[in-house]
Amino acid sequence: MAYDTHAAVDHDDHDHKPHGWRRWVYATNHKDIGTMYLVFAGLMFFLGGALAMVIRLELFKPGLQFVDPGLFNSFTTVHALLMIFGAVMPAWTGLANWLIPMQLGAPDMALPRLNNLSFWILPFAFTLLIATFFVPGGAPAGGWTMYPPLMLQGGASFPMTIFAIHLMGASSILGAINVIVTIMNMRAPGMTLLRMPLFVWSWLITAYLLIAVMPVLAGAVTMLLTDHFFGTTFFTASGGGDPVMFQHIFWFFGHPEVYILILPAFGIVSEILPAFARKPIFGYEAMVYAIASIAFLSFIVWAHHMFTVGMPLAGQLFFMLSTMLIAIPTGVKVFNWTATLWKGSLTFEAPMLFALSFLFLFTIGGFSGLMLAIVPADYQYQDTYFVVAHFHYVLVPGAVFAIMGGVYYWLPKWTGHMYDMRLAKWHFWLSTIFVNVLFFPQHFLGLAGMPRRIPDYAVQFTDWNQVSSIGGFAFGLSQFLFPYIIWKCVRGGAPAPARVWEGAHGLEWELPSPPPFHSWTEPPTPEIIARGAEH
Amino acid sequence: MYKLVSKLAAIAALALSLSPAARAESGWGLLNMTQGVTEISRKIYDLHMLIFWVCVAIGVVVFAVMIYSIVTFRRSAGAVADTTMVHNTKVEIVWTIVPVAILIAMAVPAARTLVQIEDLRNTELSIKVTGYQWGWNYDYLDRGVTFFSRLDRKSDEARQLASGIDPESVPHYLLNVDNPLVVPVGTKVRLLITANDVIHSWWVPAFGVKKDAIPGFVNEAWFKVDADKPGLYRGQCAELCGRDHGFMPIVVDARSKEDFAAWLKARAEEQKAQSTAAPAQAQTPAPAAAPTQVAATG
Repeated sequence: MAYDTHAAVDHDDHDHKPHGWRRWVYATNHKDIGTMYLVFAGLMFFLGGALAMVIRLELFKPGLQFVDPGLFNSFTTVHALLMIFGAVMPAWTGLANWLIPMQLGAPDMALPRLNNLSFWILPFAFTLLIATFFVPGGAPAGGWTMYPPLMLQGGASFPMTIFAIHLMGASSILGAINVIVTIMNMRAPGMTLLRMPLFVWSWLITAYLLIAVMPVLAGAVTMLLTDHFFGTTFFTASGGGDPVMFQHIFWFFGHPEVYILILPAFGIVSEILPAFARKPIFGYEAMVYAIASIAFLSFIVWAHHMFTVGMPLAGQLFFMLSTMLIAIPTGVKVFNWTATLWKGSLTFEAPMLFALSFLFLFTIGGFSGLMLAIVPADYQYQDTYFVVAHFHYVLVPGAVFAIMGGVYYWLPKWTGHMYDMRLAKWHFWLSTIFVNVLFFPQHFLGLAGMPRRIPDYAVQFTDWNQVSSIGGFAFGLSQFLFPYIIWKCVRGGAPAPARVWEGAHGLEWELPSPPPFHSWTEPPTPEIIARGAEH
Repeated sequence: MYKLVSKLAAIAALALSLSPAARAESGWGLLNMTQGVTEISRKIYDLHMLIFWVCVAIGVVVFAVMIYSIVTFRRSAGAVADTTMVHNTKVEIVWTIVPVAILIAMAVPAARTLVQIEDLRNTELSIKVTGYQWGWNYDYLDRGVTFFSRLDRKSDEARQLASGIDPESVPHYLLNVDNPLVVPVGTKVRLLITANDVIHSWWVPAFGVKKDAIPGFVNEAWFKVDADKPGLYRGQCAELCGRDHGFMPIVVDARSKEDFAAWLKARAEEQKAQSTAAPAQAQTPAPAAAPTQVAATG
C-alpha cells in the first residue's frame, strides 16, 4: 500500500520531526513528550510552591494576617493536589518517557499516540482544578483527602475537582499502560528483566500500582459525586451510608499512591549512587525484591492513616504490624545503598549530592514513619504537624530531591551540554539546608500539640513556626536556580560526551549526547547490552 | 513570581523583627510530646520515647557508616572502587533479621498499651461529646447536664482577619472556651464521641485521647486523670472540619471528686430551673442555635 511505503521512507535515520507548535501538540516522540511532562511538572511545582509560600506566610505569626480561614483551607488542599498529581507524578512519567526507551534499547515508547493523549489530558485537568479558585464558593477546601461529609459541603468547585481528578487518574492509567507495554515488549534482544536498570524496575512496579489503585480513587470520588447530586448515600450516615467507608476506600488508593510517588525515586537513587561510587549497585536482586515487597505491602497497610476513627482492636493491631513490616524492605534498600558507597571511589557532582541528601533525609522520614506506626503513639501524632513533617521529609528531600538529582544526572545526555555545576551545587546546598530548616521544626510543633491544617495557632507555637516559615521562604527562593540552570544548559554549554559520567552504566550512555530523535533505531548489540547492564 | 515571593519574604522578615518581644514565655523549649496526667498518656509517652531512641540508635549506626564511607572512600582521597563487591548473602540476612527482631520488641509493648486503651470496662461517668461546626456539645448522660463549649470571646475577637488585636495579649489564645468540660479526677470517665455535621476529632494531649467524632457513629474513649492533678487541660479539634477547624478548642476542667459533685448538682439544678422557666427551649437546649451563632461571628 502507498501508505506503508510512505511510512517506510519517512522512518530513515534522519530526525524527521514536525516543527513549531505541531511538534508539541502532535507529539508522538518519547523525548518530546517527556520534555513536556517535565516542563509541566516544573510549572505545577512552582504554582504549588507559591501556595505553600502563602501558607507559611500566614503561619508566620499567630492571628490571621493575610488570608481568610476558608481560603487557607483551599490553599492547603490545592497545594497538595498540585504537588502530588501535578508535580511529582508527571515528573516521574516525564523521566520514564525520556529514559525507558533509551535504557531498554528501544526506539520509542510502545504506544506513542496514547502517550500524546496521556500528556495532553493534564493541562485540561489542572486548568479545571485551578479554575475552581474563581467559581462561587472558591476552590476545594476539604483537604486533598476529600473526606465526606465535609467534601460534600463544597460549592461549584466540587464537581470540577472531581472531574479534574478523573482526568488526572485517566492520564496516569494511560501513562502506566504505556510503561508496562513498553517494558514488556520493547526490550532489545538480550535485555532480560533482571538486566534492566533499577529505574526501569521501579517504574514497572509503580505502573502496576497505578493501574491497580487509580480506578479505586475514581470510584471513590464518583461515589462522592452521586452522593452530592444523585441522591445516593454511600457516605451519609442518615441514609444508611458510612463516612468511614470513604476513608477506607480512599486510603486503599492513598497508600499505594504514596509509594507511586517514592518508588521511582528509589530507582533513580539506585542509578546515581553506583555511577558516582564507581562500583555496581550492591544487591541488585535484593533491590528488585525489596521494591516488589514494598509495593505488595502498600496494599495491606491503608488503615494506618486512620487509627483514630475507632477501629476494632484486632484491626488496629493488624495494621500496626503490617505497617511495621514495611521497615524491613525499606531498611534493605537503605543498607544496600550504604553498601554501594562502601569501598567505592566517590565524587560529589550535583546528582550525587542530591542522591546522598535523599539517603539521609529519606531515612529520617522513614524513622518518623516507623514511629507513626505505633498505634498508641499515633493517637498523639495523628493529624498534627508531626505527620506534616513526616510526609514532607519523604516527599521533598525524598521524591523531589530524587527528581532533581535525576534531572542533573541526565540533563547533559538530553541536551548535549554540560550545565553550570557550580550553580547546581549552590542549588543543592541551599535546598538541603533550608529543607531542614523548613520541615525539621515541624516535628517539634506536632509533638508539642499543634494540629495540622489550621490557619492560626496558640502563641506558644510561634517560635518554631517562624523558623519553619523562614526555611520555607529560603527554600522556595532557592528553587528558582533550578529552571535557570536548566534553561542555561538547554541554550548551550560545553559539549557533553556520550558517557557523561565516567562511572555511569546503562544503554542511555551508549547513545550520543544528545541522543538521536528515535533513540535506538537498531537494537544494541549483545556486547553493548552487557556493558550497559553492569549494575 | 520572584517579585511576589521576595515581597512576601520581606513582609515576613519585618513581622519577625516585631513579634517576639511581647510574649511572656518562650516556645523554643516545646520540643517533645507531653507526658500528660493519666496513666495511659504516660505509657504513650514512654512508647514514643522508646521508639524514638530505637530510631536514634539505628540512625546513629546507619548515618555513621554513610558518613564514614563518604569521608573515607572519596576518589580525591585516593580511594579505588572495589567493583567485585556486589552481593553478600550473610550480611543481607543479618540486616533483614535484626530489624525484624527490633520490630517485634517494639510491637509487644505497643500492643499491650493498646489493649489497655481499648479496655472500656468499669467506667464511672459517661459523657456524650458531639462535634459541631464549630464547637462541642457535652452531655452528662442521665445527670441532666448538657451544654455547649465554644471558643472564648476574646480569642474569637482577636482571631478575625486583621483584627488588630495582638494574640499575645489574649490569655490562652485559641485554647480557651466559654464552658469547659468539667470532670472529676481519679475517675474513669467514658466519652461517647459523635458529630452532628462533618467529622471532627476530640483531642486532649494531656490525656492521650484522640478520637474521631463521626456523624452517625458513636466512638468510645476513656481517661482517668491522676487524683493529685486537678487543673485545666487544653486541646483542639484534630480533624479538618471546615472553615473554622482551627477555632474549636477543647478545655477540660479536672476537679476533685467533691468539687465535681457540687458543680454537677448546681449545674443540674440550674438547667432544671431554666427548662421549667422556658419549656419550649428545653426541647432543644443550645445545639440547634449554636452552630449558626458561631458561623455568624466567623
